[in-house]
Amino acid sequence: MNKTDFLLVGVGGQGVLTASDIVAEVGMALGLDAKKSEIHGFSQRGGIVDSHVRWGARVAAPMGEKGNIDYLLAFELMESARWVEYLKSGGAVIVNRQRIIPLSASAGDAVYPPDEAIAQVLCARTDRVIYVDGLEIAKGLGNKNLANTVLLGALARELGVDPEIFLDVLVKRVPQKYVEENKQAFWKGIGK
Amino acid sequence: MKRLLSGNEAIALGAHLAGVKYASAYPGTPSTEILEHLAKYPGVRAEWAPNEKVALDAVAGASYAGGRALASMKHVGLNVASESLFYLAYTGVNAGLVIISADDPGAWSSQNEQDNRQYARFAKVPMLEPADSQEAMDYLARAFDLSEQFDTPVIVRTTTRISHSKSVVDVPAGNGHEPRALKAFARDGAKYVMIPANARRRHPVVEARLKQIAEWAETAPLNQIEWGDKKFGIVSSSVAYQYAREVFDGYSFLKLGMSYPLPEKMIREFAAQVERVVVVEELDPFYEEHIRAWGIPAVGKEYFPILNEFSLAVVREGARKLGVPQPEPAPASPAFQQAIARPPAFCPGCPHRSTFYVLNKLKLRVAGDIGCYAIGVLPPFNAMDTLGCMGASIGVVQGVDGVGANVGKERWVAVIGDSTFFHAGMPALANIIYNRGVSTVLILDNDTTAMTGQQENPGTGTTLQGQPTKKIDIEQVVRGMGIVDVFVVDAFDEPAVEATIKKAVAIADRPTVVIAKGPCVFLPDYPPKYIDEVDAVKCNGCSLCFRVGCPAIFKGELDAKTEKPKAVIDPLLCVACDICLQICPREAIYRVGN
Repeated sequence: MNKTDFLLVGVGGQGVLTASDIVAEVGMALGLDAKKSEIHGFSQRGGIVDSHVRWGARVAAPMGEKGNIDYLLAFELMESARWVEYLKSGGAVIVNRQRIIPLSASAGDAVYPPDEAIAQVLCARTDRVIYVDGLEIAKGLGNKNLANTVLLGALARELGVDPEIFLDVLVKRVPQKYVEENKQAFWKGIGK
Repeated sequence: MKRLLSGNEAIALGAHLAGVKYASAYPGTPSTEILEHLAKYPGVRAEWAPNEKVALDAVAGASYAGGRALASMKHVGLNVASESLFYLAYTGVNAGLVIISADDPGAWSSQNEQDNRQYARFAKVPMLEPADSQEAMDYLARAFDLSEQFDTPVIVRTTTRISHSKSVVDVPAGNGHEPRALKAFARDGAKYVMIPANARRRHPVVEARLKQIAEWAETAPLNQIEWGDKKFGIVSSSVAYQYAREVFDGYSFLKLGMSYPLPEKMIREFAAQVERVVVVEELDPFYEEHIRAWGIPAVGKEYFPILNEFSLAVVREGARKLGVPQPEPAPASPAFQQAIARPPAFCPGCPHRSTFYVLNKLKLRVAGDIGCYAIGVLPPFNAMDTLGCMGASIGVVQGVDGVGANVGKERWVAVIGDSTFFHAGMPALANIIYNRGVSTVLILDNDTTAMTGQQENPGTGTTLQGQPTKKIDIEQVVRGMGIVDVFVVDAFDEPAVEATIKKAVAIADRPTVVIAKGPCVFLPDYPPKYIDEVDAVKCNGCSLCFRVGCPAIFKGELDAKTEKPKAVIDPLLCVACDICLQICPREAIYRVGN
């Protein structure tokens, strides 16, 4: 497989970093070199989280570059639009419909952009826009923390990677009692 | 076995494999996880020190007494520990001693972008720089060997992108760890006791050692030439090398694993064989200045910025200017103008919220410090006037006092956290007490080192390795130092916080300390079992509760009379700290069972 660049974005607390660990480890499980990179610390107190993952025969730089990302996985609706310029033309963006309203809007004067504006900017970049009701599906399974697993399912489908390889990696990262519900969430994301 | 490890995890593993017996650190992004991971390995005693200088002195002691020892810190931590670094350069070591300096190009979590390669030259000690996690693990063993071979402390420098990126590491089977016996300590005052007469005699030893290490570096496998097209010869290290590797694909490379001292002969030979030497390094022109000082024409900072961290795009831009063809950037889609900011905020339930609400309300001048409470500078609080480094707050207010500016309506207070107080606040408080200062110091005691991820500290009663220990009581410390007016207040009681701060700043002829106590919301014993809710009938949209800057409070429907948005509290985010409830003038917020 040629080099594949991923960018996972969301808001602190959504499980973006765990998900990017899993994507990187799936790359390894496929026999590829993999790297991932993100920032922890001050900027993450309620802030944006962005994590790069790269697969390839040999990966040097730990981060992909603007305009060259193959898969954008957005855990939050507005973040999909903020980061879509990183996507290469024809890349895929997988969007969780969940909205997390920042303090600048909840207490300040900023306005959270309307759905149409977000849809417009995504469609201007690519035809491959995949919306996922991650939070709703997760709530349906009885645990709102499963949203990131649903999104990983959707990613696995877009990638065309053997779901069992994804699941193997996923299961190793999850405490035993949550394995079954994570599997269900993953298959929901795949669409089965 | 192949594993995906962060640079910090790999450093901890490398230190374990090298048989490190003692490790000490103060938490600081991006270095924190090194000790957290190392603490879990058998055979090592790993400790949080109150500050980096104390950590390095303890590590010096461990090395003198014969055990391999590691100190780790963020770049600015090495400023604090620098006095110890400089004497260690003279005394040398007994067992191997390694210092990790985790730099932060981009200042993602720091007050500056200093380049700690300069410390290696300044203190005349060797420095290694891994470029990925595999090297991070491998270089630790080399660093300890080098330390013992040349009787010197060794610095291993990472950056945020090395410490926090994950890459594949070939982990040795088993635990690969050989226990090492202590090397006997031989009394040797001429080496270990740096009175002036001995220091003068050690200086030539330091200079000679540096020459020997530079000679060793000429053939050390740490520095490697990868021949390619000789039109360009790239000199690079650390993560900059990884970007350059992709951007200057096919050209010749000199990859430096040792950033100081540099292999002059090797660089000369490399330069002689390529048409153009290009130095690709983040931050300062450290290699470039060395290379040019040797009379070798090299370019660097004209093409690659001195500011901020690098990326593929940044290195590509420099390469393009050098005439190296690069793929055209994908057509830019306009940035999404409607995306709104997500500024960092105090978490719902944060004990700091009440203090900053009050500081804003009372319009006090605030000398701030390093910790989550730096968020107090942002709206809606706008309650911080200065912030420099660990412990600076208390020092700064004494100077404000000293020029007679801490009076009347311009009353200043210092704000500092519990871990930061132990780090560098105590000497500054002694300064106020000793020099007849009259400032008010607010110690925000959340019972943890919160900003770096809830690490233990001398006030928490637990060690890094989970042992119960004496919990140092800040109130007793402050009283013992001589503060008579010490006010301890519940941080979750806004009216009490307000009354207490007013009372403290009203005392104008002697120093006062307010300790606002309340646990960080991430601690397991965080109390609330309820949530707060807004009574939509009572709420008239007065908007006062928006001034507590809580991510759980949202603007809802407009009030019919005032035409202003009523408050709504998100039950998923609220943890019922009750600060909004306490300040609501219409008693429209109340607790409900969760």
